[in-house]
Amino acid sequence: MFKFILRRSLIMIPQLILLSLIIFMLAKAMPGDAVTGAFQGNPDATPEQIEKIREKFGLNDPWYVQYGRWIGKAVQGDFGMSYMHQQPVTNLLGGRVENTVLLSLFTLVVTYLIAIPLGIVAGRWTDTWADKMIVTYNYFAFATPLFVFALLMLYVFAFVLGWFPSGGSVDIRTEVGTWDYVVDKAKHLFLPVMSSALLATYGTVQYLRNDIIDQKINDYVKTARAKGVPEGKVYTRHILRNSLLPIAAFLGYEITGLISGSVFIEWIYSYPGLGQLFIQSINLRDFTVVTALVMISGAAVIIGTMLSDIILSIVDPRIRIE
Amino acid sequence: MTHQIIDEKKLIAQEKLNNPSLMRTIWREIKNDKMALGSLILFTIIVLTAYLSPLFIDQTALTRVNFLNVWKPPSLDNWLGTDDGGRDVFGQLMIGTRNSLTIGVCVTVLSGLFGLTYGLISGYYGGTVDNVLMRILEFLMVLPSLMFIIVFVVIVPNYNVVTFILIMSAFAWFGKARLIRSKAISERERDYINASKTLGTPGWKIMFFEMFPNLSSLVIVNMTLTLANNIGLETGLSFLGFGLPAGTPSLGTLISFATNPDIVKNKWWAWLPAALLILVMMLCINYIGQAVKRASDARQRLA
Repeated sequence: MFKFILRRSLIMIPQLILLSLIIFMLAKAMPGDAVTGAFQGNPDATPEQIEKIREKFGLNDPWYVQYGRWIGKAVQGDFGMSYMHQQPVTNLLGGRVENTVLLSLFTLVVTYLIAIPLGIVAGRWTDTWADKMIVTYNYFAFATPLFVFALLMLYVFAFVLGWFPSGGSVDIRTEVGTWDYVVDKAKHLFLPVMSSALLATYGTVQYLRNDIIDQKINDYVKTARAKGVPEGKVYTRHILRNSLLPIAAFLGYEITGLISGSVFIEWIYSYPGLGQLFIQSINLRDFTVVTALVMISGAAVIIGTMLSDIILSIVDPRIRIE
Repeated sequence: MTHQIIDEKKLIAQEKLNNPSLMRTIWREIKNDKMALGSLILFTIIVLTAYLSPLFIDQTALTRVNFLNVWKPPSLDNWLGTDDGGRDVFGQLMIGTRNSLTIGVCVTVLSGLFGLTYGLISGYYGGTVDNVLMRILEFLMVLPSLMFIIVFVVIVPNYNVVTFILIMSAFAWFGKARLIRSKAISERERDYINASKTLGTPGWKIMFFEMFPNLSSLVIVNMTLTLANNIGLETGLSFLGFGLPAGTPSLGTLISFATNPDIVKNKWWAWLPAALLILVMMLCINYIGQAVKRASDARQRLA
């Protein structure tokens, strides 16, 4: 067990290094660097002065020296300066990180709250009308593109019906810490969370339904029934124990979907999170911020996948690779 | 001698009758599933209208800006109203559908080729080659590809439709490669591959002309299902402003009108039809895809 966790964590290191190398190469390919940013709108700077400053910032060093410096700082949370905002990238990220984490967390919780009961119902009562409806719903969830669905939700619930605010994360007039603040925040979160959660249920429902159908005919279930265990308990005590555990393990993989989803969701609901910052920065060609965001998202996905693999191996010893 | 040849032909014909071709099975499966048949008919109508639209739509008139005609609601002249430049939305919808479909198909075919080559090489050679290729693939699969595509779209010089297709395809083949590899790795143990190897057939010939035909049903199923994904991705990127270059309308560019609250609420005709059309196309392609999937697996067939 310990050996597997160690091995799986070690695989992560070359992955992270490779990711940072690719992102560094991309950053180099992006037009502009720290110096062009600093001199924007300053026509008085002579080429000699610029050259001097380039030297001072170390931009004339060989690439591996520059890479080492960049990654060394990034590990400590220093992603350099934003050209456009003329302030450290870390300042820009502050606040937005919490917003995105909050959004993702609620999306995950709501996804499971919807998906697990539906999966259980569909698996337990296969081929009933309830199962058919769930399968149809699941089919829609699979086929619908996230941004189209989010826009339709926005149009119907925020504009036509006017039940929810159409954007932002909280009304600035409410005071932090009061009950109104919490309620207002929840109102702003409701549509973004529902839009992604209603579609994200697909994988879990599908998995749970298939797994319960597979488990049903196993010997241990027959034994339980033969002993006279009531039907309800056969499910809660026997089948679900086996079927639900791997779902906990897929949690890490969900992060990948949430990250690319957050770009669309935050853009459509003008929700001030990392996804929105990414689109804004790339539109402004503010590449230090873009680089930092891609690096953070990539690292989050790599770590999430690793956590999933480790949880999965604890839950299901069969997949432990030696 | 001639006698024998005729016999062989008869045998082959008999064999073909007993094993209907994949296309025939797919057609039988679709005919038996009302939803899939409906989807196929609807999708065909959409495709035909979109591709034949240049015959009855004046394309130059579509790009002409007319400020007297801005944001007109739907009427008999403009079935779906006009946009911010007074251009007809319905015409743009047709051209957009055509562009989105074409790009979706191109990306699907191209990424299919990448995935197929990668998967076949990995599965056919196995061993160390397979190990190395799979580690690389595992790494590629955890990349946040949406962000990478957007970054590439922005930094690539001379950005045009072709580069866009290439960038999208470069990130769309990972799943396919893994699927094909998993199938190829079991196929390589079969006798016909070993026999061919013994005869000295070169590896590329075995992979593409002997192994591939046996995986073709898998590839067709996967391609139909990913076509929907790719159209969704392209329209999504165009919606965010990182898709087709300006001047080439896509369904996504029409939907991107909806980033302004006033337009979302009061000028629904500009974006809502495009959004609904994407939704309908996705559902149709997926229904057809499900039928194709069932047809390729005898255990799941309904017909």
